[in-house]
Order: sequence, then C-alpha cells, then structure tokens
Amino acid sequence: MSHPIYIALIPLIPLACFFILGLFGRKYFSGSAGVIGTLSLLASTLLSLITAYEYFFVSGKSNGVFQKISVFKYTWLQFSPSLSIDMGILIDPITVMMLVVVTFVSLMVHLFSLGYMKGEPRFATYYGFLSLFTFSMLGLVLSSNIFQIYLFWELVGVSSFLLIGFYFEKPSAVAASKKAFIVTRFADLGFLIGILVLSFYSHTLDFGILIERLTNTGSPYLIAINSASFLGVSALTWALLLVFMGGAGKSAMFPLHIWLPDAMEGPTPVSALIHAATMVVAGVFLVARLFPVFALSDPEALQVVTYTGAFSAFFAAIIACTQTDIKRVLAYSTMSQIGYMMFALGVSKYSGEDGLGYMGSMFHLFTHAFFKSLLFLGAGSVIHMVHSNEMKDMGGLRKLMPITHICFLIACLAIAGIPPFSGFFSKEEILMAAFESNRLVYGIALFTSGLTAFYMFRLYYSIFWSKPADTHHAHHGEGTWTMKIPLMILAVLALFAGFTPIANWISADGAPIHSKVPITFSILPVALALGGILFATRLFITANELPGRIATQLGGIYKSALHKFYIDELYLFVTKKILFNLIGRPAAWFDKNIVDGFMNLLAKITGYLSDMIKGYQSGKVQDYALYFFGGVAGLVIAFIYLWK
Amino acid sequence: MLNEYLQVLKSEWLILAIIFILLFIKVGSKEWKNESLLYFINFLLLINLIAGFINNLPGSLFNGMYLSNDLIFLQKNILNLGVYLISLIAYPWLKEHKHLLEFYILMLSTLLGMFFMISSGNLLIFYLGLELSTIPLAALANFDLEKRKSSEAAMKLIISSAFSSAILLFGISLLYGVTGSLFFYEIAPAIHSNTLNTLIFILILAGFSFKISVVPFHLWTADVYEGAPVPVTAYLSVISKSAILFIFMTVLYSVFRNMETQWYFMIFLLSVFTILIGNLFAIRQNNLKRFLAFSSIAQVGFILLGLSGSSKIGMASVIYFLVIYLFSNLAAFGVVGLVSATTGKESIEDFKGFYKTNPFLSWVLAIALFSLAGVPPTAGFFGKFFLIMAGAERGNYVWIIFAALNMIISFYYYLRIVKAIFMDQNNSPIPAIKTPPLPKLAMVICLIGTISVGFLSWVYEYIFSFCNF
Repeated sequence: MSHPIYIALIPLIPLACFFILGLFGRKYFSGSAGVIGTLSLLASTLLSLITAYEYFFVSGKSNGVFQKISVFKYTWLQFSPSLSIDMGILIDPITVMMLVVVTFVSLMVHLFSLGYMKGEPRFATYYGFLSLFTFSMLGLVLSSNIFQIYLFWELVGVSSFLLIGFYFEKPSAVAASKKAFIVTRFADLGFLIGILVLSFYSHTLDFGILIERLTNTGSPYLIAINSASFLGVSALTWALLLVFMGGAGKSAMFPLHIWLPDAMEGPTPVSALIHAATMVVAGVFLVARLFPVFALSDPEALQVVTYTGAFSAFFAAIIACTQTDIKRVLAYSTMSQIGYMMFALGVSKYSGEDGLGYMGSMFHLFTHAFFKSLLFLGAGSVIHMVHSNEMKDMGGLRKLMPITHICFLIACLAIAGIPPFSGFFSKEEILMAAFESNRLVYGIALFTSGLTAFYMFRLYYSIFWSKPADTHHAHHGEGTWTMKIPLMILAVLALFAGFTPIANWISADGAPIHSKVPITFSILPVALALGGILFATRLFITANELPGRIATQLGGIYKSALHKFYIDELYLFVTKKILFNLIGRPAAWFDKNIVDGFMNLLAKITGYLSDMIKGYQSGKVQDYALYFFGGVAGLVIAFIYLWK
Repeated sequence: MLNEYLQVLKSEWLILAIIFILLFIKVGSKEWKNESLLYFINFLLLINLIAGFINNLPGSLFNGMYLSNDLIFLQKNILNLGVYLISLIAYPWLKEHKHLLEFYILMLSTLLGMFFMISSGNLLIFYLGLELSTIPLAALANFDLEKRKSSEAAMKLIISSAFSSAILLFGISLLYGVTGSLFFYEIAPAIHSNTLNTLIFILILAGFSFKISVVPFHLWTADVYEGAPVPVTAYLSVISKSAILFIFMTVLYSVFRNMETQWYFMIFLLSVFTILIGNLFAIRQNNLKRFLAFSSIAQVGFILLGLSGSSKIGMASVIYFLVIYLFSNLAAFGVVGLVSATTGKESIEDFKGFYKTNPFLSWVLAIALFSLAGVPPTAGFFGKFFLIMAGAERGNYVWIIFAALNMIISFYYYLRIVKAIFMDQNNSPIPAIKTPPLPKLAMVICLIGTISVGFLSWVYEYIFSFCNF
C-alpha cells in the first residue's frame, strides 16, 4: 500500500485549482473556469477510485480485517514536550468511501453548474469556491488527528459560508450564510472544548493513539478521564457529547438544525454538494471516526446520539410535510435522513454482527449521497425552468422535462425505500439494527419511513403532475446536456448503488459483516412506504382545491358514490387536518419560533446588555479614574476580605 | 568590558543612533523632502530590524539591573518588526505632515523605554523604562495637531497614565518596604502570600492592567484610540501592549511566583470581565478605530487566559499570539489608516461597498478581521487555539467555555464589518485609493504573516525554545 503522493493529490488538486481560479480566474479564465474546475475534479475522482480499488481489493486487508493505515504522518508542531500536533493522512474504509462520495458528487455538481451557472458574472469565483470547499471536505475525511480534522472542519464552514452567500446581492442569502456560519460556529465551540478535554486526558491528538488509549480497559488514561467528573457526569461523557455537539451542528441535528433550511438561499447545485452529500454528513463521519470510544467506553454518550438522531429524523419528516418551497422540503428531508444515520450509529455495537448499525449508517450515507444530490440537482433543473422555488408555480412538468422527471422519480423511490432502489437496502440495514437493539427507535424509524415516502411523493406530484403545465415554461429547454448528464449518472447510481457490497468492506472493527436481512422483515417498511406513496398519489396527483372539491361534492351528495366521498374525506381529514394542522404546523411553528428564536434571543440579550452598559464609557476622565479605583477596591475586597 | 556594553545593549544603541541621526537632520541646515526622508528613515528601521537578529550577546549589566537573554532579544525583535511595519503604514499620513522628524524621535524614544523595561532586572529601571515609554506617547497621540479629538486623546492618556503610575508606584514602594530590595531576583524569594503582599500585588496588577487595557482599567482606551492618529493607535494597541505583556509575564512568573494561586484567580476574574465587556462594546461601535480598540480589549482577555497556563507553554503561546496579533492588527490598521489619511473616513458605514472600489484593500482588511476573529485557516485561529490550550492546562473549564462562547459573539461583529465591505450596497462608496508602495509593502508583509504564521510550525517552536526560566 501507501502511495502517499497520489492520495495527497486528491485534495491538493482542488486546492491548486482554487488558487489558480481565485487569483487569475477573473482575468484569464472567466469563460473556461468551469472546464478547468471540472477537469481537475475529474482527476481527483479518478484518483479516489484508484485509491478505493487499491484499498478494498489489493492492500487494505490483513488477516481478514481492514486496517487503519497511516499513509503519511508528519509532526507538524511540538506544542509542549508531551503533546505534539501532527498532520497526516489516515486511510480506513470510511475514509475511502467518503473520498469516492465527495469527489464524485462534487464532480457531478461541477458538471451540472456548467449549465446552471452559465452567464453568471462571477463564474470563475464560483468555481474557485467550489474547489475550496471540495479541498476542505477531502482534507476533513483524510485527517489523521483531531486537531487537523477541526481545522478542516472550520475551513469547510468558511467555504460553505462563501458558497451559501454567493448571491450576495440577495439580503436573504447574506443573512442565511451568516446564520449558517454562526450557528455552526456555536456548535463547534462544543467540539473545540471536547477536543481540549480529550487531549488533556489522553495526551495525544492522534486518532489511532487516542482511540487506543481511551478504549483499552485498564489504560491509565481511560481511568483518569472516567474518574474526573463535572456535574456528576464523567469527563469522557462530557468530551464525547461536546464533540457530538460539533457534529450535530454540522449535520443539522435538532436543535442545531436551524441554519439548514435558510441555507437553501445558496445556488442549488451548492445545496446538492453541501447539503446533501458532503458537509452535512461530516457530523456522522466524526461520530463514526470516534466510534470505538463511543461504543466501548461510553455507551451513555451513544444513547444521546441515538435519541438525538431518532428525534431529528422524525421531527424533520413532519416539518417536511408542510413546506411549500421545494428546496426546503429537501432540506428537511436531508435532516431526517441524517437522523437515520445518526441513530443507526447510536444503536450499533462495536464488533461482530452487532456492528450492523455502523455499517448501515455508512451504507445509508453512501446511497443517500447519490439520491439526495440527484434530488437537489433535479430541483435545480426545475427551478432553472420555472424560476421559482414554490410548489404552486409548478405542476405538470413531466412532459416538458422528461429526463428530469424520470431521474427525480427514481430518486424519490430510492429515498422512500422501495426495492430494488438503493435507499431500500441501506434503510433495511438500519431498521434491522434498530429492531434488534431498541424497539422504540425502531418504531419511530418505521413511522418516519412512511412519512418520508409521503412527503417525497407530495413533492414529486406537485412538481410533475398536479395540474397542466404552464405554457409559458415551454419555450425553455430542459437545460443543457451538461445538466442532464449528471442527473442520468446519478439516477443510475440511485438505482444500483444498493447492490454495492458495503457489508464486506465497512464495519466498525474492520471485519466483514455477514448478516442478511430476512425478506419477511422488509415487508412492513415497504408496505408503509407504499402506503405513504398511495396517500400522496391520492391527494396530489391532480390539483385538488380543498374548498372547491368539497363544495361540488356536497352539491351532488346524493348522486356521487357515498363511500368514495367518505374515503376522500377521511384522507383529507387525516392528512390535511391531523398531519398538517395538528402536528406539522405546530412543529414548524416551534421550529421557527422557539428553536430559532433561542438564537435570536441570545443576540437580543447580548445587544441589550451592550446597550445597558454603554453609560460607563462616559468620556470623562474623572469617571475613568473612579472606575479604576473601583477596580482596585473591588479586587482588594474580593481577595483580601472574601478570599479563604 | 566596553565591548560587552556595546554588544549586550545593542538594540538600545541602535535605536539611540537612529534618534541622533534624526536629531542631526532636524538641526541641520539641509532641507529634506518629506518623501525622501521617509524612505531614508524606513531604510534605517529596516537595518535596525535586521541587525536585531545578528550577533546577540546575552548578559547582565549594572550589577543585574539590566538583563538580556535570547528570549528578550526575541521580544525586542518582535517590537522592532512592529515599529518597522507601523512606520511603513504611517507613510500616507506623514507624507504631508510638518513634524515628521519629531514623530519618529518621540516614537523611537518610547521604543527605547520599552527595551529598557523588558530588559529590567530591577524595579527602578523598570519604572524608568515604563515612564519613558508612556510620556512621549501622549505627545504622539496629539499629533493630529489641528484636531480637537487628538488633543483630547492626549490629555486623557496623560492624566489616566499619571493616575495608574501613582498606584503602581505605591505598590512598588510597599514592595520595597516589605522585601528591602529593588532587584527582582531578591524580591522573588522574599514574597509569600499574606495580606500585605496581596495588596501590593493588586496595586501592581492594576498598573499593568491599565497599560494593557484590562477591564475595569480600560476606559481610556476607546477615547484615545479614536482620537489619536491611526499609526499612533496602531502603535498603542500593538507595540505598547506587547511590550507591557512581555514584562508582565516575567513579573508574574518569576517575581510573584509564590503567589500563583492568588494571581491565577485574579487574572481569571479580570479576563472574564475583559472578554465580556470588550465584546459587548465592540458590537455597538460605528467608528472603525473605536471598534478595533474594543476588539483589542477582548483580545487581551484571551491573552490573559493563555498567560494563566503553566509558565513555559503559557509564555510561548502568548508570545506566539502577539506575533500573530501584530500582523493581523497592523494589516487592519494599515487599511484603516490609508483610508483615513486619504479620505478622512473612519466609520463602518463608510466602508459599505468598499469591495467594489478597492478589492485589494478589502481583502487585506477582511483577512485581518478573520484572523482577529480566529477563523481558520488564518493564523489568528492558531493563536487563539494555543492560548486556549495553554489555559486548559489548569483544567478551569468554566473559563475555557466562557472564552470559546465569546469567540462566537466576536464572530458576529467581525462578520458585520466583512459584510459591510463585501455585501452591502452603497451609492457613494469610498473612491478607489491608490496604495503607495510603502504601505503596500507593509500590507503584503502583514498578509503573508497572517496567513502563513499559523502553518509555519517552526515559528511556535522557535518561540517555545526560548521560553526557559
């Protein structure tokens, strides 16, 4: 193994591309920036695929177990005699998988943007930012120690800030990018403190050594970190929860998800890249990276991960049912799917067949990347066509955009978990893992998967069916071939990615997992998903104006078939009244006003405090001297009279 | 013997030589053009900066009243670098100024005072250096002679300084009374934690806190920073603060080492207030100089956090942070100074839409602000991270959490300015400004420093290797 050079090249090529486009793009490459970016990403993608082949089929395994291989390690800085900060490249199954996912989806987005962003005056800048983002994300997954991952973690935040705020003429985009940045920074604060606690007790930042020191029973480091406690919770639990807080912020877990829906203000291909396949799964990746510590040393922290994930999955699915902006539906659906990945990690054990959840989580990450970026890119095509994000402006587009329509349908079937589409396979693993270890979570997951099918098909029908197409859209084409090709490639993957033998490759302990989900187990989830789809079909396949419809039916009440009327009423009652008004609306309201409001409240309090104390800066020197003396007196009182 | 005096005191001699050269020019009959004079002085300062790295001889003079070692030479080099950069930044402002020579003579005198101060091994020399580094500063603050605010700044500075000096002197005299000595090495073992010594420490701490703008001794800062000319503000916030912090560390770690538990908690308390108040005030500022004043107050709170760590790591991370702070802050002041000197605009409102007209300056300012905020990959992130790491050695997580939380608040206001520059619309933005070569050089140096110091691990290791006691 170990070809450090070409593995290092995977992130370095986009970095070089960023510098070239960033420095000279405007002058020399304003037209060709897209091609340059796409080609360089193509190179990275090929290298990733070679790396994956090399790792999974040639050299990654020894004694039947996939190894964590430190390809390259360099002591970057000796912080103190006992603590050094390294920079390095760590290769293990999840890293390799992420490399492929990130480069591939990024490549698709690069390609798609060639058409989508055409005519944009800052075309080169856009591609520069995309390259920067890709570099940061690749650096993140390759990081060999927790400091390095934090560094790239922040860099990912900065570059996504730049991308979300790309349309800086739009005030809402500016506000959204600021919000995303500040909320995730707030979460990262937890991550940072978590890192400090971990490094303080384990005297290392390196993942390999850290995991070893904190999982071996009897290791003095583990004893020390377990015996220290704060507010009755051990330092290890604190550290892991704080690290998880960072992960939850990036991965939009409740209640740190508030930035995600707003971040939809960015260009749609950017959402496909950042909010579907890469940045938002960074939190899942982080937990997976530290999974041995979670699973072996601190099951309590893992419980928190489980319930946060399960709740987010459910909560987001409910809100997704009520949204009318198609990108927001997708945003909440992403949050929901990431919730799946999180709780799958949470219910997993470290070794053997019990590690099914870990594998399922990574599998779902893998398949989700394809079908969700496909959904976003498809939504991008639709928005490109109708120039609106609102469902009410769409409908009947299936004739006008046949390719997008088919691709979108495939993605919807995949996310709904209908066999043989890819989402089915990964979701089954997750449900199985939940079923075996936590029935409550399993129940939530099952119900959520029905909801998922429902809201996805609500989306699908509202875009492509529902009412006849608006004729003035027709003069547009469906978009350039550079936009259609990525859709088709991703659709193929959304169809077939489920057949990837991930179970042979990825598991917490590196050994292959041989569990088969029995066919009988799949019946219930698939039936629920089909039920969700049927519900949605019934409601949304044609435009049904609720008041109008009821009025006509009331008018012809004796003529119309009575049972049909009642069934329709029942459908409408259950979905519109209960699901929307009784659960969905309040949930959305809670989300918008309480959770989101907390952040605003924080800002308000800060502003208020700042306003309150302004009087102390009076501009009079005599006052200054008085406060000076007050400071001395205060210290004297505190440390001479009150001390001891 | 003479040779020793020449070599150990090298940095001081060099500064003195430059001051004399400038004096001769002043009294000489030849009329210099401002521009050529500025090039000449910057050249001298560059030589001074380079000479600082060559042939350093550690030693102690005047029976231990004056000390020099590798660490101190390093600190002086940092100050030299800062002065050189400030001199470059000052170019657009001094180009038209009538009293250019006096400006340099006064500034270099304060630098000389700082050199003596950080080399001091005796309270007398320390106090002498401190006053030499303060009094001319008041004159410098008044250097926008026709501006009322500038004079007001000078008055406020000198009166507040006098007040703090009095308190400091009171502490020093008590210290002498208790220990019977003025030498640091004799005082240190004689100090034990008792009530009187605590009082002494509080008095001395207040004196230092005043100079580095620790809340509640900070109130002069904003007014003086706002009123003084930009290069002087930069000088106050970077050079003067660094110099005091250097000697403050020596005083804490060696002179008052027996009172570590007390000073640790005092610094904890002061740091919390400093970070909080600095941030809260920074949020509401509309004048960029005033904004930078409060942001630098908050920065000092973080420095105190690093300072509280165990001595070696604490010291290394503080010096490292100061280097980064120097680059980032001077980059910001460079832009603000240039804009202020050419257009007279200093408020954040005026900077709306700045990017449209001045992309280069906008990037410099934005990167500097990101670094001050501690956003990776800028060096400021590494600096803050190391400060927090050093502070974490003590296991005081309340402090760490508080500091980290305030980092988030600070993002908000730094971003506000970046937003104004890049994103806000403005019908009459600041017109395109031509950057003269000297300030441009300073900005490029600062920019390179701001971006690269974080990644060049040897900078930290180099500093760390000198932090010995």
